Amino acid sequence: MAKVLMKGNEAVGAAAIEAGCRYFFGYPITPQSELPEYMARELPKVGGVFLQAESEIAAINMVYGAAGAGARVMTSSSSPGISLKQEGISYIAGAELPCLIVNMMRGGPGLGSIQPSQTDYFQATRGGGNGDYRVVVLAPSNVQELVDLIIEGFDIADQYRNPVMILGDGMIGQMMEPVEFKKPKQRELPPKDDWITNGTKGKRKPHIINSLYLAPEELEAHNIKLQEKYRKIRENEVKVESYNIEDADVVIAAYGTTARIVKTAISQLEREGYKVGLIRPITLWPYPYDEFKKINPQCKGILTVEMNTGQMLDDVKIAVEGRFPVYFHGRTGGMVPTPNEIIEKVKRIHGGEM
Amino acid sequence: MAIVFEKTKGLTDVQTHYCPGCTHGIIHRLVAEALEELGVLDKAIGVAPVGCSVLAYKYFNCDMHEAAHGRAPAVATGIKRVLPDNFVFTYQGDGDLASIGTAEIVHAAHRGEKISTIFVNNAIYGMTGGQMAPTTLVGQKATTAPFGRDEAHCGKPIRMSELLATIDGAKFVERVTVISPAHVRKAKKAIKECFKVQIEGKGFGIVEVLSTCPTNWGMTPTEALKWLEENMIPYYPLGNFKRPEGVE
Repeated sequence: MAKVLMKGNEAVGAAAIEAGCRYFFGYPITPQSELPEYMARELPKVGGVFLQAESEIAAINMVYGAAGAGARVMTSSSSPGISLKQEGISYIAGAELPCLIVNMMRGGPGLGSIQPSQTDYFQATRGGGNGDYRVVVLAPSNVQELVDLIIEGFDIADQYRNPVMILGDGMIGQMMEPVEFKKPKQRELPPKDDWITNGTKGKRKPHIINSLYLAPEELEAHNIKLQEKYRKIRENEVKVESYNIEDADVVIAAYGTTARIVKTAISQLEREGYKVGLIRPITLWPYPYDEFKKINPQCKGILTVEMNTGQMLDDVKIAVEGRFPVYFHGRTGGMVPTPNEIIEKVKRIHGGEM
Repeated sequence: MAIVFEKTKGLTDVQTHYCPGCTHGIIHRLVAEALEELGVLDKAIGVAPVGCSVLAYKYFNCDMHEAAHGRAPAVATGIKRVLPDNFVFTYQGDGDLASIGTAEIVHAAHRGEKISTIFVNNAIYGMTGGQMAPTTLVGQKATTAPFGRDEAHCGKPIRMSELLATIDGAKFVERVTVISPAHVRKAKKAIKECFKVQIEGKGFGIVEVLSTCPTNWGMTPTEALKWLEENMIPYYPLGNFKRPEGVE
């Protein structure tokens, strides 16, 4: 298929429809409203349903119902709206249903701002709602990758019967880039007919979708089963881009749009003769901890760059296990780190000044 | 020998957890009988949210989807939009529907979702142990209203059927009770009529059932029935508030 120029938020909608998603339940919030607007226009053309819910809480619960009924279904929002969806996400994870959730992050806390940020990393990767559960979190760095991850995200959700979250930011949602729609890698997707609630038709026992287990033994067994699933996801689904880490004197860890700024900084540093590597996690959960084991043992330090005050920083420290000093550079509130700021930090680490 | 009575196929053989004298059991049976008699049991999907009926998924003999507190109408919306030819109902208590889930029920009705809601109003939070509900009567004692509900402090109880009847998308609204055999028969008639509104694709329907909670009211089952009749019915009048045009 030829490349088309699309705005990030609209590309999400096109990719979802391409992936067979026919149901979208959403609620307006900047900076992701182009997506529900796109779905309102486009889903009816393919026999799908777009419904604007009365709240983000209702939207995610509609997703919960539709996923239980066997549909490929999604919702989207931005930070404060994603907070409201956490109740439903916890239920969906507990009941083991597949769905896709898009978070085009904006500044926080509270109402924050409508400018891009990465301040929901903790919320996305540590659960967000109540209980001991995980959501697969995919962090695209450009619009093409956004499209690819949306399409593959639906398959991952179906394969593991688990919610998948696309963690973008206002920048990627709003920017226009050329994209093409490609088939994802072939996966063995399990059939849904042995668990969905679509009526017994008098031919089978009732199906029950549920996250309630009043007996402690039963709930513990359910949690152990969930953890076993998460172990498989950790084994099979880690995605990471890394560059020159075996040879680098300084390695930068960054994800999403921030990683693009980091790449600009690295090019400049290379022209000046510095050896700088990059680890760009594409899956934020499961996190590519093992990638950090490949780093040059003589490396002088790891610099984590984020559009927040240091959230992925925790995972970098877990990954590094004290082998290297870990430094941080972040801007927040909708401010974006500049290549020059990053270059200066790298030079100071390189020069032993930090 | 002729069979004069059979248990409905709409209920499982599981013994319920409901307290002695609680009318949930009767209401479950009426809903189950209606599903069976209208021929929709095989394509029914019930949604039971948090409250005393949270375990209803064990009792109804059809597909069931457990929901978060108050969210059943949203979950039911998701199901019905995917499966428009199936029969989708919610079974909700008063804490659930009239407090935490007011947005969901009002907007499901407002959209005219083709779902049916059974709203069991016993004027108290039963499952959590007798706290004040939005439906608790003025002066009625509850664990969080130990001196009785004070209107000056927290207002009068909310009348959901009257409220929902003002919404265009709500096509059937009726309040019934199950405190006597005659009332039980009327309740069943209302539930069946409500379900037919969905089956015929006319819109949203709700039956509010005034119910007892002897345990948390601190009464015997018979005292509770009498208390309901003397106190709840005057404030929550029984009757039909709305039915589709052209239907008697």
